[in-house]
Amino acid sequence: MALNVTDLRVYYRTLRGEVKALDGVTFSVADGEIMGLAGESGSGKSTLAKSLIRLDGRMRHVGGTVELDGKTMPLSDDTGMDRFRFREVSLIPQYSMSALNPTRKIGKMVGELLESRGERPERAELERRLELVGLSKDVLDRYPIELSGGMKQRVVMVVSTLLNPSLLIADEITSALDVSSQKAVATTLLGFRDRGLVTSMMVVTHDISLVYQIADTIMVMYAGRLAEKAPADVLVTAPRHPYTKQLISALPEVGVRYEDRRLTGIPGNPPSLLKPPGGCRFRDRCPLAFEQCAEQPPFAEVAPGHFVACWKAE
Amino acid sequence: MRRYFGRKLLIYGLTFFVAVTINWMIPRFMPGDPVQSMLSRANVAQPAAVEAMRAHYTAMFGLDLPLWQQYLNFWGSLLKGDLGISIWLFPTPVSDVIVRAVPYTLGLLIPSILLSWFAGNRFGAFAARRKWLDNSVLPIGYVLTATPYMWLAILLAWALGIVAGIFPVAGAYGFDLQASWSWTFLGSLAQHWFLPFASLFLVAFGGWAIGMRNMIIYELEADYVNYLRALGAPTRLVRRYAFRNAILPQVTGLALQLGVLVAGALVTEIVFSYPGLGHLILQAIQNQDFFLLQGTFLFIVIGVLIANFIIDVAYVLVDPRTRTGMGGAA
Amino acid sequence: MRNEALHFALRNRKLVVGTVVIAVFLVAGLAGPLMFDHGPNDYVGPAMAPPSGEFWFGTTTFGQDVFAQFVYGLRATFLVGVLGGVLAAAVGMVVGFVAGYRGGWVDELLNMLTNIVLVLPALVVLLIINAYLGVRSIGVQALFIGLTSWPWAARAIRAQTFSLRSRDFVDLARLSGVRTPKIILREIAPNMSSYLFLTFILLFGSAILVAASLDFIGLGPTQGVSLGLMLNNAARWSALQLGLWWWFIPPGAGITAIVGALYVMNVGLDEVFNPKLREM
Ligand SMILES: Nc1ncnc2c1ncn2[C@@H]1O[C@H](COP(=O)(O)OP(=O)(O)OP(=O)(O)O)[C@@H](O)[C@H]1O
Ligand code: SF4
Ligand SMILES: [Mg+2]
Repeated sequence: MALNVTDLRVYYRTLRGEVKALDGVTFSVADGEIMGLAGESGSGKSTLAKSLIRLDGRMRHVGGTVELDGKTMPLSDDTGMDRFRFREVSLIPQYSMSALNPTRKIGKMVGELLESRGERPERAELERRLELVGLSKDVLDRYPIELSGGMKQRVVMVVSTLLNPSLLIADEITSALDVSSQKAVATTLLGFRDRGLVTSMMVVTHDISLVYQIADTIMVMYAGRLAEKAPADVLVTAPRHPYTKQLISALPEVGVRYEDRRLTGIPGNPPSLLKPPGGCRFRDRCPLAFEQCAEQPPFAEVAPGHFVACWKAE
Repeated sequence: MRRYFGRKLLIYGLTFFVAVTINWMIPRFMPGDPVQSMLSRANVAQPAAVEAMRAHYTAMFGLDLPLWQQYLNFWGSLLKGDLGISIWLFPTPVSDVIVRAVPYTLGLLIPSILLSWFAGNRFGAFAARRKWLDNSVLPIGYVLTATPYMWLAILLAWALGIVAGIFPVAGAYGFDLQASWSWTFLGSLAQHWFLPFASLFLVAFGGWAIGMRNMIIYELEADYVNYLRALGAPTRLVRRYAFRNAILPQVTGLALQLGVLVAGALVTEIVFSYPGLGHLILQAIQNQDFFLLQGTFLFIVIGVLIANFIIDVAYVLVDPRTRTGMGGAA
Repeated sequence: MRNEALHFALRNRKLVVGTVVIAVFLVAGLAGPLMFDHGPNDYVGPAMAPPSGEFWFGTTTFGQDVFAQFVYGLRATFLVGVLGGVLAAAVGMVVGFVAGYRGGWVDELLNMLTNIVLVLPALVVLLIINAYLGVRSIGVQALFIGLTSWPWAARAIRAQTFSLRSRDFVDLARLSGVRTPKIILREIAPNMSSYLFLTFILLFGSAILVAASLDFIGLGPTQGVSLGLMLNNAARWSALQLGLWWWFIPPGAGITAIVGALYVMNVGLDEVFNPKLREM
């Protein structure tokens, strides 16, 4: 097992109290697995992604553990996490366009980054990987401002995977791109896994239909909790959680993101994460809700590799 | 890069033109025709000086020529390097008086600007996001940068000069000395130089430190910093990059602050009777020596323009993006 | 949202301290002069008296009451700061908005103008102008300070306007035929109001400093009293050599405190308006 997350709770400190953006999630990602992570805006996807690599100043690790390749990650210990970052777990951020230091030539920046991590920069390997994403080695002698947005993103993809991490997290990296570039990025990610440059991947997305093409499994979040996780085709063809069903039925043609469409037929909004109600968090909007839903349903394995948090999913 | 310098030079050329025009216009068009009233109320003891003044005004403005011709004549004499005769030090040409004073002003300005800039930036970057420094030392930075130059100069002169008696508080060297390369003279020069330098340095230092501290804090929130941190880059590298990037707006800031720094030097010189341009300005005002005042004005403008150009060159050296022809700031 | 800003504003030490200092000096400047039945320049006491119960800040070589001069001087200082700051902010806003919103040759032209005024050393220009003025007043001083100190504000506002210009709500207004001045006033300015306020505070502070320098050189208002003029008189009449520290310390300390408080307020406000800078 590459990644094991157990009952992870991460809250944001705010003036009005703690936002329980990640409230007890348990799942694992196997070696070689590409997991898509979907869910409405505000459901906690980015919070989960950030928790696994670097908490920001307002996030607080309240409970739960994360194990990567059998080693427990010290989430709230910023320096302790450095041992894992880049080598074991790495990130392709959403802001790839501005992720590179504007006043350093790319090659130099990469060299300095590697050196600062005690790694020896190998020019030949770097060039080979750039070629893999369709960039010539000339980009190493250029400043970020001289590259197009897409080129910058590919540079970032190469940099992030340079040390062959066990887990690569990609957060919304396709949302700013047009359809054909989205495809290219998805294919590149797949290539990274197939060539063994990264072991497993977590791809956060707004676009189930796109991630469906590369993901082995898809996990759906709702209001800070997990709703369902299943092999990609099972989740898309035979979802069991009422929320996932709504998502899938609203699923449009490839390329149109579901956020663009209102989740028609589901009245109401997700509950506030400041003081979330007990029980199933989807209860207010669930057509199937009944008395037992006042208790929190477990995230149970209903079929091999298929987990659902719903009393009605047997 | 050509375009960058081309634009800059155009602006400096235009600025010079505007400065000369202001210089010509103000005495000509101020309410009550100052030229006439000046001739009448010139409180100059020597009649020769009044005569010289009248002759010069006539040559320069040709008071009964058409305006455009007056204006051209003004440029003509200016381009010949003729700034008129000083009334205060009659009959020394204004340009001579100025040239004698310039080294003192530069001797104060250049070291204080450069040293305060380097030290302030270093210090500000060091203090940023280090809680105890941020809370204890930076308030001092705010006080320093809010201090009027002349007041700090007065305080230093009073405390270290008059009360403690460590430093002299007037002139550029001992009254009993003759300019020479002797150790005594140089020592006296350095002694007299120190307090005005220190007060200029301290005020400017506070400003740079605060500016850098705020810049770095912005930089540390930038996306590239978050990315580096996510890849586990050590603080050392992150701070180095942030410093490197935050220094760029500080170079631009240096150009923006030049006027203020020069003004600071002028009032500081007045406090210490230091014989630079500020001292000249005070004398010119007190003696109604308008040629001297206007000549000094032009001289300072030219100096500031040259300094701006030097900073432009420096900016190209520190911001690689300007060299790739991709623009960049400023 | 409003409440949140207020909450941070009240909790921000820099902002609170700055505001309190400004308020104290403002009250002193407004109410102080009412304590006296004599003018600030009247010869009311013994010469060179150190601070005492009767003359809180002592007296000058001529027996003028330094405290009276100080509180009257505060008035002048605030007045010149506000007038100069408002004028500079107004010019900077007009130039910045128009250049940023219009773009094209208008922008080129205004940018050129901005850059020219920017490189001209303001104080030296002011020196020349004021030297030729027979009678000088605070109003005229503020006028010229305002007219020379707007460029950096114009630059900053132009850049902000530039980034707002292409936002949806501005497009919408433009498409629905709203006229340019109205778009600027209704759509663009409100969206950078906090920024404009910060700019004004800095202009306020720098106007005070410039005025003080002018006064000190001897080109201050020909009548009345200001903190800068007090420094000028103290230096001119050898307060240093005579050891009359009570004459030159208060005016400088007053200017420093006011300007410093403005700067600190500025940074505090920035932290309040900009969530990224808030420390948790
Ligand atoms: N810095 C923060 N301070 C307070 N609350 C936050 C902060 N960042 C996120 N949240 C809250 O945490 C919850 C989860 O946010 P998160 O960014 O993880 O959502 P997401 O699923 O990534 O959404 P999106 O699809 O919009 O990116 C939201 O309710 C959000 O309001
Ligand atoms: S647990 Fe109940 S409320 Fe929640 S999804 Fe299942 S049926 Fe709906
Ligand atoms: Mg997100």
